[in-house]
Order: sequence, then C-alpha cells, then structure tokens
Amino acid sequence: MKFLNHLTFGQYVPADSLVHRLDPRCKILAVLVVLTGIFLARHILVFAAWGGLLFSLAVLSHLPFRLVLRSAKPVLILVFFTAFIHVFFTDGTPLLEIGFITITREGVSGAVYMGLRLLFLVLFASFLTLTTKPMELSDGLERLFSPFVRFGFPAHELAMMMTIALRFIPTLLDETDRIMKAQLARGAAFDRGNLWKRLKAFLPVLIPLFVIVFQRAEDLATAMEARCYRGGEGRTRMHPLVWRTGDTLGALCVLAIVAGLIVGDRSFLS
Amino acid sequence: MKTDSKTVCELRDVTYVYPGEASGRVPGGASGQEPPEASGAVSTGRRPALSGVTLRVQEGEWLALLGSNGSGKSTLAKHLNALLTPTQGDCTVFGLSTKDLNNVFAIRSAVSMVFQNPENQIVGTVVEEDAAFGPENQGLPTEEIVLRVENALRAAGLLAKRKKPTYTLSGGEKQRLAVAGALAMDTPCLVLDEPTAMLDPQGRRELLDVLRSLHEGGKTIVSITHRLEEILRCDRAVVLVEGRIAWEGSIPGLFAHSDSFRKWGLDAPPLVSLWKELRAETDLPLPEIPTLTAMTDSLCRLL
Ligand SMILES: Nc1ncnc2c1ncn2[C@@H]1O[C@H](COP(=O)(O)OP(=O)(O)O)[C@@H](O)[C@H]1O
Ligand SMILES: [Mg+2]
Repeated sequence: MKFLNHLTFGQYVPADSLVHRLDPRCKILAVLVVLTGIFLARHILVFAAWGGLLFSLAVLSHLPFRLVLRSAKPVLILVFFTAFIHVFFTDGTPLLEIGFITITREGVSGAVYMGLRLLFLVLFASFLTLTTKPMELSDGLERLFSPFVRFGFPAHELAMMMTIALRFIPTLLDETDRIMKAQLARGAAFDRGNLWKRLKAFLPVLIPLFVIVFQRAEDLATAMEARCYRGGEGRTRMHPLVWRTGDTLGALCVLAIVAGLIVGDRSFLS
Repeated sequence: MKTDSKTVCELRDVTYVYPGEASGRVPGGASGQEPPEASGAVSTGRRPALSGVTLRVQEGEWLALLGSNGSGKSTLAKHLNALLTPTQGDCTVFGLSTKDLNNVFAIRSAVSMVFQNPENQIVGTVVEEDAAFGPENQGLPTEEIVLRVENALRAAGLLAKRKKPTYTLSGGEKQRLAVAGALAMDTPCLVLDEPTAMLDPQGRRELLDVLRSLHEGGKTIVSITHRLEEILRCDRAVVLVEGRIAWEGSIPGLFAHSDSFRKWGLDAPPLVSLWKELRAETDLPLPEIPTLTAMTDSLCRLL
C-alpha cells in the first residue's frame, strides 16, 4: 500500500510539441498574462472561452485533456471552500432563508465566479509545469528576475532552491511513506479518529522527517561544494535558453487572445 | 607500478580536530574520560579525527583506504579536495596547498568526490542535468559540457537513461550517476567515500566494474571501503585506526597480515577466512598465504 502517490500537480509530462519547445520565459510570461485575464473576467461566456483556450493548448501540446484537468484535483477542496464562504457570507438580494442563514443571489453568483477563477488559475499554472521541465522553469525564472539582481534580489539562489526542492519532493514522499509504514506497524492510526487525532498521529512522522531533511541538506551542500559549486557567478549551462522568433509570436498570440477576451467581456457582454 | 610517478595528493603530518564543544561526538570517550592522544598541541578536549597522517597518492594508482566506522576515513577523504583543511600539518594537491582559498577551485577541478549516500548527492531532476552540474560550475562552454556529459554517462553505463528523471533510477544507478557527475568534471583523480555501502550486490558489482575500467584508463582512484573483497584490484592499501595510519602496503601484503584484521576493525573476506580455516583444521598442503592468484588457484584445485 502506498499512502502518497506522486502528485500530479507540477509534474512535467514529456512530449514533443510546439508548447514544450517554447522558451520557458515565454511560457511564464504568457501564463502571467493569462492569470491577469482570468482575474478580470466577469462573464460566464468568457469563462467558457478560457476553457476553450485551455483545451486548444492541451491539443497543441499533445497532452490528454483529462490529464490537464486532473492536475486541479489537489486544490479542489480549496476551490469548494472559497465558493462555500462566498455563498454564506455575501449580503444582497435574499434567495433562500434557512433559520438565521440567508443565501443571496450575489452570494451564489460570487461563489460560482470565484470558484471558476481559482480553478482556471490552478489549471493554467499547472499547465505551465506540465509542459516545462523543472530545470527550464527555474532557469527561466532566474533569467526573468536577473535584472533585479543588481538591487540585491537573489535570483540564482531562489532558482537553485526551487530546483532542489523539486528534485527532493519524490525522495521526501518516499521517506514519509516509509516512516508512516513503520509507525503503522507500531499501531499508529492515520486514517481513524477525528482530525485532531489524525494530526496527532502524524507528529511522530514529522519529527524523523525533519531530522532526515536536515541530514540530507547537509550532505547535499557538501556534495555541491565538492562539485565546484560557488553560486551563480561564472556558471555556464549545458542547455542555455534561446529566445526564438516562435517565442515572440507565441507570446504575441497569447497577448492578443487575452486582450480580445478582456475587451469583449467589458464592451459587449457586460 | 611506476616508481617515478607524479604525486597527486600529499598529506604531511596532518592532524584534524572537528570544531565544536569538547564532549561532542567522541566515541568511547563517554563520561568525560578523554583519550590520552587529545593532549599535545591540540588544545580542545576532543580526540582528533586524524592524527599525524602522512600519505602520498601517486598518479595512476588505485589506493584503498580501509578502516572501521569512525576511524577517520571520510575526514581524510575530505582533505583531498579541500572540503576540510588540516588543523595541523599540510595537505597539497598537485603542489597546491588546500589552505589557500585561491586554490580551492583548482583543487576541486583536479580531485572529484563520490559520497556514500547516492540519494544525497544528486542535484538535478534529470540524469543528464545532474551529470552537467559540475562542468556547469566549472564555467565550461556549452559544447564542451555536452561532450563531457555524454562521455561520462557512457563510462558509467547510463547513456541510455540520460533523459530519465533521477528519481526513477535504482540505488546502483544513482551511485553510478554520482560517478558520472564526478567524471564529467574530468578530474585526474577520483575519491570515493564508501560508494558501495548502500548498494545491493548487483549495484556493487556494476560500480566496481566501472571503477576497474577507469583505473585501466589511467585515472587515479582512492576508494574507501570496509569490505576487503572490494580491494582486490587495488594497487595499495592504507589502514586507518583511530585517525592514525596503522598499516600501509601492497594488497597481498595486507592479506598476509590477516591476524591483525580484528585489531584494525576489518572483516576478512570469506576467501581468506576459508583459507585460514582449511590451514588450521585440515592437514592439506596449503602454504602461508602467498598471493591472491595462488590462493584462488589452490582453492580451485581443491574443489
Ligand atoms: N561533523 C563532525 N563533527 C564532529 N565530529 C565528527 C564529524 N564527522 C565525524 N566526526 C568524528 O570524527 C571521527 C572520524 O569520523 P569519520 O571520518 O566520519 O570516520 P569514518 O568515515 O571512517 O567512519 C569520528 O570519531 C567521528 O565521530
Ligand atoms: Mg565515513
């Protein structure tokens, strides 16, 4: 039995496609534009258009649409929770009254929109990580943030931290799994009792996990030092990022689509 | 072995004491009773991890560094690539002192290391990215990195897996990836700190095969182990006991001293144990252990 499957969120799926080949900087910028667009969306038809865009992108990147949708699973709870809060805590025209709880028309529509916004945010963000290698992603971020290095922004350090975190997620999941099994063999109950009891059962897992993490971090730092690591300065890359015409075209395409959707939303639909 | 070969690394009378509070991790030194060696010029109360070690690693040799747990093997290894610098004495790599901070980069480009736990030394999420980490830090041009990574992965038998995520590799493959990462730096000398300790027999065999062909290719190798059956191909052995060199010499010479193995905290390999048993318990005409080949030959004849 495996307690923790490797998360689908954020896991790169290799494929030979236009989207996979784009420069990571182009994809990061495009996703930022899309996320802004999603925040500005107000009409239900526009959300349908976002869905259509996601679907076309999935086709373009040779990924099954189901796989893209599944990446939102870990955050569905958050989406529902946000929607739930909106339903019960928004003032406006009453729709339904049960005791002291009033559900308003504004509450329901707010819940739907907020839920959709969050859902699309997650879907597009994880679409980025599905089609971009972790190393490319961190390289892209490092390069995008490099203009701020002169103001003391630790672009390389953050990118390296991100790479190492991604590298260690599978290891730590395995480790957690191992410790949980060991605790289970000694009678721990992770799947019984109320939330508090479950959390308490998890404490003996966290402590050895922390010890292991610190040991690993120390070993890794030594190993990196032994391999001539001195920080970002003087470091070259095996796969340096190259911005091509296709990247400019791709970025412009996304910009045009998002601008079109926002303008359409504001001027015709509202 | 050539007699006039160049020296790769040299330790002269090196003593090393780990910094930190006095009663820290001294084994056997519980309840404040410090071993007598702690006296002398070293002022802290701890037992030095290395005391008065003098050692020379010759170009092209395969040196085995032996010793029980806590005997100071890892501490010595870390001196060879400036991860630690001597508290007393000198350590040089190709004539460069490890104490001079300006030399550190050159020294690490000359001596690479592989550590015990394969899991804790892989930086990249993809096999070839990890192998490229060292050359990237060395600031090499892209084409050179690609070439070196390819050669290193081929030598380590991992070329077919170059695009695979590192977490999908087996323990033995991870350790060979660590070797590839060291090879990609193209250092004349490779130091391995108990590289087989966490591997299954299969992974161990594959790693030793890689080391063997590297040795044939002329690479200087220092391998640390406490499994005597892994050193049969080495040129020379050094035995550490409590931070001091207790014995130094050829491999057949080492096995001739098998009475001292217990004292040195080493386990004799099954072959040697069998030989001793046979000599003691039967009256078969077996000579005092001469050479490894003679030993295997006569045992084969017996079977
Ligand atoms: N980071 C450290 N801090 C303090 N003492 C250490 C540290 N690492 C090792 N030691 C001590 O130094 C001695 C030699 O350790 P080490 O070189 O790791 O031995 P080996 O590799 O042969 O098992 C041991 O007594 C050990 O407890
Ligand atoms: Mg050790």
